Amino acid sequence: MVPVRSIPVEPGSLTYPDLPWVIQHREDRCTLCGHCTTVCPKESIYLAYRRQRVPKLEILSKKRGNDYRTFVGIRQKPNPKHACIGCGMCAMVCPNEAIAPVPNTIENRTLFFDNIKGEAPKRGGRRNATGPTLLDRIMFDRISMLTDPALDAGRHEFTVTTTLGRILSPEDYLKRSSEGGWIPPTREIFPFVIGSMSFGALSPNMWLGLLQGVAYCNEVLGIPVVMCTGEGGCPPWVLKSPYLKYIILQIASGYFGWDEIIRAIPDMQCHPAAIEIKYGQGAKPGDGGLLMWYKVSKLIARLRGVPEGVDLPSPPVHQTLYSIEESVMKMIQTLSMAFDHKVPVYPKISASTSAKAVLNNLVRNPYAGGLLIDGIDGGTGAAYNVSMDATGHPVASNVRECYLDLAAQGKQNEIPIYAAGGIGKNGNVAQNGMALVMLGASAVHIGKYIMQATAGCLGNEQNRCNVCNVGICPKGITSQNPKLYRRLDPDKVAERVAESFMSIQTEVKKIMAPLGRSQSLPIGMSDAIGINDKDAADRLNIKYVC
Amino acid sequence: MCRLALKTAIEPFSPYEVLQAMEAMQEGYDGSGLGLLLRGMEFEDFKYNPRFPILSGIANTDKAWRRLDDFMEDLGYELKYDHRFRVDKSYVEDRDRFRYFVRAYRMPDRFADATTEEREQELLATRLALRKNGEENGRDLSVFSFWPDVAMIKEVGWPLQIGNLLGLHDGQIKSRVCMAQGRQNTNYGINLYACHPFFVQGISTMTNGENTAFVPIRDWLLGRDFPGYMGYQSDSEVFTHILHYAIKQLKLPLQAYKHIITPLSTKELDNHPQGDFLKGLKSVCRRLIIDGPNAVIGTLPDETCMLVMDQKKLRPATVGGREGAWAIASEMCGVDAMIPDRDPSFDFQPMREHTIIIPPERKELTIWSQYDQFPLSQAA
Repeated sequence: MVPVRSIPVEPGSLTYPDLPWVIQHREDRCTLCGHCTTVCPKESIYLAYRRQRVPKLEILSKKRGNDYRTFVGIRQKPNPKHACIGCGMCAMVCPNEAIAPVPNTIENRTLFFDNIKGEAPKRGGRRNATGPTLLDRIMFDRISMLTDPALDAGRHEFTVTTTLGRILSPEDYLKRSSEGGWIPPTREIFPFVIGSMSFGALSPNMWLGLLQGVAYCNEVLGIPVVMCTGEGGCPPWVLKSPYLKYIILQIASGYFGWDEIIRAIPDMQCHPAAIEIKYGQGAKPGDGGLLMWYKVSKLIARLRGVPEGVDLPSPPVHQTLYSIEESVMKMIQTLSMAFDHKVPVYPKISASTSAKAVLNNLVRNPYAGGLLIDGIDGGTGAAYNVSMDATGHPVASNVRECYLDLAAQGKQNEIPIYAAGGIGKNGNVAQNGMALVMLGASAVHIGKYIMQATAGCLGNEQNRCNVCNVGICPKGITSQNPKLYRRLDPDKVAERVAESFMSIQTEVKKIMAPLGRSQSLPIGMSDAIGINDKDAADRLNIKYVC
Repeated sequence: MCRLALKTAIEPFSPYEVLQAMEAMQEGYDGSGLGLLLRGMEFEDFKYNPRFPILSGIANTDKAWRRLDDFMEDLGYELKYDHRFRVDKSYVEDRDRFRYFVRAYRMPDRFADATTEEREQELLATRLALRKNGEENGRDLSVFSFWPDVAMIKEVGWPLQIGNLLGLHDGQIKSRVCMAQGRQNTNYGINLYACHPFFVQGISTMTNGENTAFVPIRDWLLGRDFPGYMGYQSDSEVFTHILHYAIKQLKLPLQAYKHIITPLSTKELDNHPQGDFLKGLKSVCRRLIIDGPNAVIGTLPDETCMLVMDQKKLRPATVGGREGAWAIASEMCGVDAMIPDRDPSFDFQPMREHTIIIPPERKELTIWSQYDQFPLSQAA
């Protein structure tokens, strides 16, 4: 062994098999077109010149020797900053199937070096827990068999909508309707809501595509889908358009975009679907929203009322609030009043063992329109890895607990519980959503699934891509760089939104029909579900089946 | 499948007539039990004052019987009449029944000046206390109803056989309304309390079919904290409680029942004269929406009778009759058996939006549609 002085080896020196994704390149297929190196969002690959020895045998002179040839190949940079993220855009653009990333199943040493310059690692996406989720394992097992005819999902009429907003007790409703009192506003919505993804986190094209798709679902397909803005406001042209009725405006601790919203109130043609007050997010509980400087473009800066190119970390909590009573009472009531008490206002919290305390406060607040509980499997545009991976609470048991608590008080119809976090994580969106409905949720919010299904987001649970935070989304979904987001055709996104909701609606009916349910969403129909895990069954108070 | 029969007539008649209709409908059902509700009572050997509450049930043992006696006496109820069924034991398959009872009481003096509501509460509390008493003593005592002018009988076996067992053909006991359901809850364990019709504070219904939305409805009713909303040995019991909730608690007219259990769609309500009110009602009573498949037949304290279907109309029921006598049955032959002297061309099978109401005058029946104006002043 001799020292190799010509090769600098530093503590952080890595080589390509140390990286999470390894590029496989086939020189024999490569045409050197350069598409892959151009498209790579991480600039992970480069065109390299290499020398290869070719043994040479000169038969006549009976001499042996070496010849050398030069060749070009695509090589991977071993620097963690440029580590391949496995997005596979190189494979997508390669005309000759010459290149593709493969997951490195042996070792990922970048984990030890992703804190260069003392910056703790951040990313977008989910917590990267693979395998079937608890929701995936829930079975709908109470089938109307010979005792009664099952319904026909294709031919019978179904009501699959749910209520958004506070519902009075029947006694209270009759009293108020006879006295002309205030009846809290409600909306009939499709129980799968496009969850909060901000204008800022999403590119303008993605946002436009979603809005177009939602409008199509409502106005052409008759599926009353609504979408939530996330923290970051709403473009003024949308605020003043008739499409605002399909939009839930979110207000969060940074209050971004609310200047524009408040200013637009006098010009609004209709009321928004609801107001969501974000107190917490499942992916990063106890942490505020984060829009990293890469994505604070001129447009975003104007909309949010901030300078361009600065990080926008929202505080973990609304700074004006000191106690749960105050946060619940003051903020909900204020926002309800801002919209003439004609728009439901509900808070969103991270799933947590303290969720029941929040819920019980809401029960006593006449202006609270529901509670959204976001579980640990939820996605985010940007968060510290440690928050995303290790902080939070799964949504299922949290929602169930809250529902049973409400049922014990006889108020399960009054404060709807909405669930979010990991619904459709493995593609089973209708199954996951309906399992939560039967556990007690009135509706579910889906964000990451929507990005994956409608725009082809490449993120998965093996840490593929997940660069939403730095604005280099190779599909143009979460980027503010026009060169990237022009790749995304809003019309195509809209088409996929419509397709996705049509199929979810069919699957919901296919789940409800065998249970003999068609007249109302089977909220809390816990006798219809079972799971092949005794502990989970006990915890959720449902059947254990095996 | 269950068989249901209801007859209502100005002239009191023997419940045996309804049992014969059950027999006519026997094809296709298992005859595993019988539930009978009689309203508008007439006893051959006693001039009954319809203010006296009647306690009906079964005491399995002498001990239970004596306990019942003591219990009622301690509460201050004065026994006015104790109907004795002429039991023909040859119809019993070695069943341990000491006494089937239908007994009329005078309420304790302390209720002389009580409001109707207080009296109704007391009757319910007494029935529930007796039921609990029986359950705590090895289920040796069953109490089905305790209400003025109402008697109930429930037993396992073929309806006609039970009628013969109790000698119901002897004309000793008659009523102006009689409803019968002919099947025990064979989907689950046998329990007399699971046998239709169900009863709470004068309101009674019986149903055929399964209630797929049972659990969410039950959970919501249990949350009302109303003592009578209990039991639920049968998934059909909630239909009675929803009717009670609509009429007694919400004080809505009978027509509201249909709007609660099978509300019109939002699109239909958009064109309804009271669409806004009904949309709100649908929303606040959302947990009471049923999915069927069911036909619900019921009676109210004023002897009104009613019939409604689930939204998909997946269970049969027919109503027919003439002035003074009407019948509702799950099979057409049941109506034939109860009122043969009617014009069958006027028989009616309600559609999903209909509520059939036979008012106490029994002159004609009302076919009320959900699309009609809703009879509620506050909604106008």
